[in-house]
Amino acid sequence: MFEPQIMCFLCKWCTSAAADLAGTSRLHHVANTINMRVMCSSRVDPQHILYAFKEGADGVFLGGCHPGDCHYVEGNYKTLRRIALFKKMLADLGIDPRRLRLEWISAAEGKKYAETMNEFTEQIRALGPLDLNDKALVREVVKDE
Amino acid sequence: MTVKTKKKEDKRIGLFVCHCGVNIAGVVDVKKVAEALKDTPGVSMSTDYVYMCSDPGQQMIIDTIKEKHLDGIIVAACSPTLHEKTFQEAARLAGLNPYQIEIANIREQNSWVHSDKDKATKKAVKIVKSHVAKAIRNENLEPIKVDVKKRALVIGGGVSGLQAALDIADHGYEVILVEKNPSIGGKMIQLSETFPTLDCSQCILTPKMVEVSRHPRIKLLTYHEVDSVSGFIGNFKVRIKKKPRFVDEKLCNLCGECEKVCPQIVPDEFNMGLSFRKAIYMPFPQAIPGTYTLDEDHCLGLSPVRCGKCKDVCEPRAIDFDMKETIIEEEVGAIVVATGYDLYTMQALGEFGGEKYEDVVNGLEFERILSASGPTGGVVRRPSDGKVPKSVVFVQCCGSRDTEKHLPYCSKICCMYTAKHAMLYRHRVPDGQATVFYIDVRTGGKAFDEFYQRTVEEDKVLYIRGKVSKVFKEGDKLIVWGVDTLTGKKVEIEADMVVLAMAMVKTDGVQDLLKKLKISTDIHGFVAEAHPKLRPVESLNAGFFLAGCAHGPKDIPEAVSQASAAAAKVGDLFAQKELSHEPTVVPVNDELCSGCGICVTMCPYGARTLDPSKGVVDVNEILCEGCGACAAACPCGAAQQRNQTDDQIFSMLRAMLRE
Ligand SMILES: Cc1cc2nc3c(=O)[nH]c(=O)nc-3n(C[C@H](O)[C@H](O)[C@H](O)COP(=O)(O)OP(=O)(O)OC[C@H]3O[C@@H](n4cnc5c(N)ncnc54)[C@H](O)[C@@H]3O)c2cc1C
Ligand code: FES
Repeated sequence: MFEPQIMCFLCKWCTSAAADLAGTSRLHHVANTINMRVMCSSRVDPQHILYAFKEGADGVFLGGCHPGDCHYVEGNYKTLRRIALFKKMLADLGIDPRRLRLEWISAAEGKKYAETMNEFTEQIRALGPLDLNDKALVREVVKDE
Repeated sequence: MTVKTKKKEDKRIGLFVCHCGVNIAGVVDVKKVAEALKDTPGVSMSTDYVYMCSDPGQQMIIDTIKEKHLDGIIVAACSPTLHEKTFQEAARLAGLNPYQIEIANIREQNSWVHSDKDKATKKAVKIVKSHVAKAIRNENLEPIKVDVKKRALVIGGGVSGLQAALDIADHGYEVILVEKNPSIGGKMIQLSETFPTLDCSQCILTPKMVEVSRHPRIKLLTYHEVDSVSGFIGNFKVRIKKKPRFVDEKLCNLCGECEKVCPQIVPDEFNMGLSFRKAIYMPFPQAIPGTYTLDEDHCLGLSPVRCGKCKDVCEPRAIDFDMKETIIEEEVGAIVVATGYDLYTMQALGEFGGEKYEDVVNGLEFERILSASGPTGGVVRRPSDGKVPKSVVFVQCCGSRDTEKHLPYCSKICCMYTAKHAMLYRHRVPDGQATVFYIDVRTGGKAFDEFYQRTVEEDKVLYIRGKVSKVFKEGDKLIVWGVDTLTGKKVEIEADMVVLAMAMVKTDGVQDLLKKLKISTDIHGFVAEAHPKLRPVESLNAGFFLAGCAHGPKDIPEAVSQASAAAAKVGDLFAQKELSHEPTVVPVNDELCSGCGICVTMCPYGARTLDPSKGVVDVNEILCEGCGACAAACPCGAAQQRNQTDDQIFSMLRAMLRE
C-alpha cells in the first residue's frame, strides 16, 4: 500500500498544542505525518510549502487557530488569503490543490487534530504519490542548497 | 539582539535522547535514535538517558556541555511547552547561550500517538534530524532590553480615567491626566441615580474627582488634548495641547460676576441643551478644576473693544483675552486610553422624531431631567411646556441590535438604565404611566434582575415586547406606534414624553486621537483589546492600555474594574527595572530590502516603518512579537526571523522529507 509522506506546519499556540493534547490523550493516528512548529500559521510562506512538495511530501497540512483566536490576532486571516491564492497557483504548477489543506484546530481540539491527520492521509493516499519528475517548473520556483 | 556565534560548519552539537521511562522508550527505540544521529554532520556526541528532566539527567547535560565544549544541544523528549525552560536554564548554567537549545518533541507528537515501533522510531530520527539542521544554524541571542520611564499618561477624565489615574498614582508612579473638557467627570457626573442601588451619581463621583485633583502624583490637565505621540513602550514622547481658557485658574475665585454680565446665551452641554449657560461659564457647580472658562466659539469677541464686559467686572483680574494655545511635552512609559463613549444620534432614527419633537429625548437628557441638579431641579417636567408628563414611553435598543440599518451590537446597559428611568419616573410621578418597549430584557449582573423585577412588580411599569415603528405628534400628545411581538397585535400609545435608549457608540472624533496613538480599533471604532479573552485591558500595541467605554459599552462597575485592571498592568510594566523582550523577532537586512513596504502592512503591532530617507524598512524590535507574518510576505528574503530563518525552515524540511 502506498504510504504518503505528509508535512504539517502547525502554529505554536493552537494546532501544535492540539497535537500535544492528542498525545496526552493517547489518540493514536497514522504515522505518515510529521510536524514543524511555527510561531503562527502566517509564518508559513508558500515557498516553504512548495519546497516541502519538492522534497518529497505528497501532502502538506497547515494548522492554525480559529478565526478571531490567532495569538497575533489576525495572522490566520493573512494565512487564509495567502493559501486561497496559492492554491490557484498550485494547479498551474501541476500540483493538485487538494494536496494542500488548511485547517483551524484549537488547543482544545486534540480529537479533531488526530481525526484530521487520519482523514487527510487517506485523501492523499487516494490521490497517489506526487510525481514532480516532469514538473521542472517547481524545481525552478524553489531554491535549493 | 544577536551575539557572536560560531559558523555552522564549526558547530559542535550534542544530542540527548530521553526514555521518559517507558513513555518514549516503550515505542521508540531510543538507542537506535541516538545511534542513527551519531554521524550526522554537526553532531559531536549523542546519548540516551532514562529521565533527562531529572536532576541527574540535567547534571549530565551540564557536565557534557562543559566537557565536550558543545555549542548547542538537542533534547529529544516531551513537548517544548513542558521543559524547554528547564533545559534552557541547565544550558545557561553550563555557560551555553539558551537560544542554542532545541527540543525535539518525540513524546506527545510521536510515541504517545503511534504504536508501530518501527515507524515511530523512524519518525523520531527524522524529527531529531530536523532539529540538528536548525541547531547548527541557530544564533546566540540575548533578550532585547530597554529602559522604562515610570510615568503614565491617562487620556480621558471620566470615571474610568479617574480610577486608572488614582490607582497608578497610588502604586507610587506619576500620572498625567488629560481631559479635553473644562472639567473632569465624564458622563457619570451627568447621571441622576445609578442602577442597581440608586446611589446619587454625583455624590459618589465628586469625592473621586477631588481626590484626583489633590493627589500629589497626579498632574491634572483639563481643557487639554493630546497633539502627538511618538516613541514606543516604556519610552513615549507626548505633545499635549493646552487650549486657552482665557481665565487664569489660579486667580479665579468663582465669584461669578463675569457670568452675570456676559450677554451671550449658549445651550448648556452639561444639561444636554435642556437649559442655557453663558459664554463664560462653570460647566457645573462641582466642576474640577473650580474655575470659569471662556468659550471662544461663543464669546462676542476676544477683543475688549467688542465686548469685554466680563473682564471689566473681574475683581481678581483672572481674565486674559490674550491667552494662546500652548504645547507642553511629557515623557511617559505607558498610556491608558479612557476616552469613553457617546450616544448614537437621534437623527439616525428619524422615524422616532427625536430631532423634531422637544419631548422626545435620549437617555442622557432624561438623566438630567431626573437629576436634582438638573434644569428642573429633579421634578420630571417635559421640555416643551414644562408640564409633568402623565404617560411616558421608553424605547429600548434605539440603534442597537439592528444588523440591517444600524449597529449590530447590544449596548448592554440600556435595559438597566431604562428600568431605572421608568422606576424613578414612577417614584416622582406616582399617578403616571410608564411603558417600555423592548426586544429582550438583559439583566446579567449582580442584583440586576432583582432591580428589573422590582420595576415591573412594585413600580408597575408596563413592559411590551415589541418594536416601535413611528412616533408622531397629535395636538400636544405624542403617538407611539408599535407592534407587540408576543401577540402580533399593533399597539398605539398616547404619551406626553418619549425616552429613547440610544445605542452607545465610540466617542465623537476619537478616531483622530487613536490615529495619533496608532492603536487598533474594532470595526465600530472602539479600541481593540490585545486578546479578547486573555489580554482584555491591553491594546495590541505595546504600552497602551484601555479602560471603560472607550473599549465598548459597559456600566460603571465594569468600567471601574477595567480601569483598575489597566492600572495594575501599568504597575506590572513599571515594576520592571528594564523591559526584556524575546529576541526571536524579525529584523531587516538593509542590503536585501527593496523598500516595498509589504511587511509594514503585515505587522499588526506597528513595529515596522518605511524609512523614506534610507529606502528600507526600520524595525522597532521591542514592538515585534515575532509572529513572522512579515517574514513570510517579504519578497526579497530581507525579513528573516531570528532562529527561524527561511534557511532554517528549508533545511528542516530537507531533513524531514529527503529519504
Ligand atoms: C442614559 C445613561 C444612563 C446610565 N446609567 C448608568 C447607571 O445607572 N449605572 C451604571 O453603572 N452606568 C450607567 N451608565 C453608563 C455610564 O455612563 C458609563 O459606564 C460610564 O460613564 C463610563 O465611563 P468612562 O470613563 O468609560 O467614559 P465617559 O464617562 O464617557 O468619560 C470619558 C471622558 O473622556 C474624555 N475624552 C474623550 N475623548 C477625549 C480626548 N480625545 N482627549 C481627552 N479626553 C477625552 C471625555 O470628555 C470624558 O470626560 C449610563 C449611561 C447612559 C447613557
Ligand atoms: S497563532 Fe495560531 S494562527 Fe496565528
